Amino acid sequence: MARKPSAAKAAAAPARNSVLDLAQMSVREVNQLLHDTDGGAFLIKHPRGLHAIAAGLDGAFDVTIDGHVGYYCAGMNKQAGVTINGNAGTGVAENMMSGRVHVKGDVSQSAGATGCGGLLIVDGNASARCGISLRGLDIVVKGSVGHMSAFMAQAGNLVVLGDAGDALGDSIYEARLFLRGRPRSLGSDCTPKDMRDAHKAALRTLLDAAGLGGAVDVSEFRRYGSARKLYNFHVENLGSY
Amino acid sequence: MCGIVGLFLKDTKLEPELGRLTASMLAELRDRGPDSAGFAVYGGETAGITKICAVAREGAVDWQHLAEQLAKAVAASVSVDEIEDHAIFKTKGDGDAARKWLIDHVPEATVLSQGQSIEIFKGVGDPNRIAKRLDLAGRSGSHAIGHTRMATESAVTIAGSHPFSTGRDTCLVHNGSLSNHNRLRERLERHGERFQTENDSEVAAAYLTWRTREGDSLKQALERSLDDLDGFYTFVVGTRDGFAVLRDPIACKPAVMAETVDWVAFGTEFRALAPLPGIDQARIWEPEPATVYVWSRSS
Repeated sequence: MARKPSAAKAAAAPARNSVLDLAQMSVREVNQLLHDTDGGAFLIKHPRGLHAIAAGLDGAFDVTIDGHVGYYCAGMNKQAGVTINGNAGTGVAENMMSGRVHVKGDVSQSAGATGCGGLLIVDGNASARCGISLRGLDIVVKGSVGHMSAFMAQAGNLVVLGDAGDALGDSIYEARLFLRGRPRSLGSDCTPKDMRDAHKAALRTLLDAAGLGGAVDVSEFRRYGSARKLYNFHVENLGSY
Repeated sequence: MCGIVGLFLKDTKLEPELGRLTASMLAELRDRGPDSAGFAVYGGETAGITKICAVAREGAVDWQHLAEQLAKAVAASVSVDEIEDHAIFKTKGDGDAARKWLIDHVPEATVLSQGQSIEIFKGVGDPNRIAKRLDLAGRSGSHAIGHTRMATESAVTIAGSHPFSTGRDTCLVHNGSLSNHNRLRERLERHGERFQTENDSEVAAAYLTWRTREGDSLKQALERSLDDLDGFYTFVVGTRDGFAVLRDPIACKPAVMAETVDWVAFGTEFRALAPLPGIDQARIWEPEPATVYVWSRSS
């Protein structure tokens, strides 16, 4: 349910195209202003690795962060577009619900953890546990991902143009993994799967959404998913995933 | 939790700034370790002189009197500088023997380090106050390692604060917890290592001392530790002219590094690196699990 700003909050909302400077304001003040707005575009300056920047946004507006961010940036994001011109620390876009988060640099561990929806794009590499417990979010990593990525991933897609570390997709449920490079090893119950036309089309859509257009050939990818031996899979429940 | 910072200067021109930069890094990680803090600074060498750092456990210690007794024990003259509750003994005598004598004869103090270059300072309480009280910002040198502690494995005491040092000019800080430290401590005691605490991280420091005494390079000792230490850890290690980083094989504890032509820096989080000069142009990366990173001034 979209939360609309109250009249009182709307009166305090920033101009629709504001520069929010974290050298002058606290993260709490910046986030409150963003929570109280209902549109526009915002530029956050001097993030200096601070935590929880632009967390909990709920609205169709754009936020650009100019620099490196700390933990949980854009966590729980709904609708908003968040662009990070730098690297992100642990748990970027964790528990994201919808919208788009684009990191121009590298991301630390647990990127997109437990994400339910939307699109997370990482131009660089992701470290360990990328997409852990994924629940419907789509993640496109243009570099490589670290160990234990997509651990217990339930739904959604993880697309990796580079390689994956140890134990890719350990204990995976019904998330789909598309890997162009090589996994160092596969986790328990994770197995290569056929790339049928429907999968190629889905991958094409994800790559296009990540701005990769025709630059990347879907036939270079291999699909991985659950062997369905570790958990109590019943085909009649497939629609739930 | 716990926070670690490390700064290794590749160029001597920043040396007067070492303490100020390290203090600004440490302040960023105050809330990761509000229990206690400590730091090691490498610098201020005088040829032939060993510095032995010690801190009072509680109450006043007559450091001047101790210096006289220590002089007899090591058969060499000993001077002492007092800094708050810390003392730095300086002698041409044997550093190992001096450390051992202080541990055996002075229960009211903890020996923090001994070596030609290293000085270690520690305290309990707010890391920023500790850094200010012990004038971290005013110190110069070639490299420094700092730690803010949130205690998990042992008590909040000065002795339990990091960095830990058991060997000459070597120190270690640790974020994490080791699970096999009791058995390893017994093994190291059989090899002659002396411990002052029940702390797991002191065991890791002593392990490196033992291995380097046996002839391992710092890199070899850390690589061997991957087999011998069990648990979660990110280590940052200092030697007289070197600086090393190691994370456990599943990279349980966070770590980020940055490097420019002037320096190499470690932070538990990026925000600790943000105050450094030239960070906008630095190469920034997350150290790989089970991979030893070593920098040295001599190489």
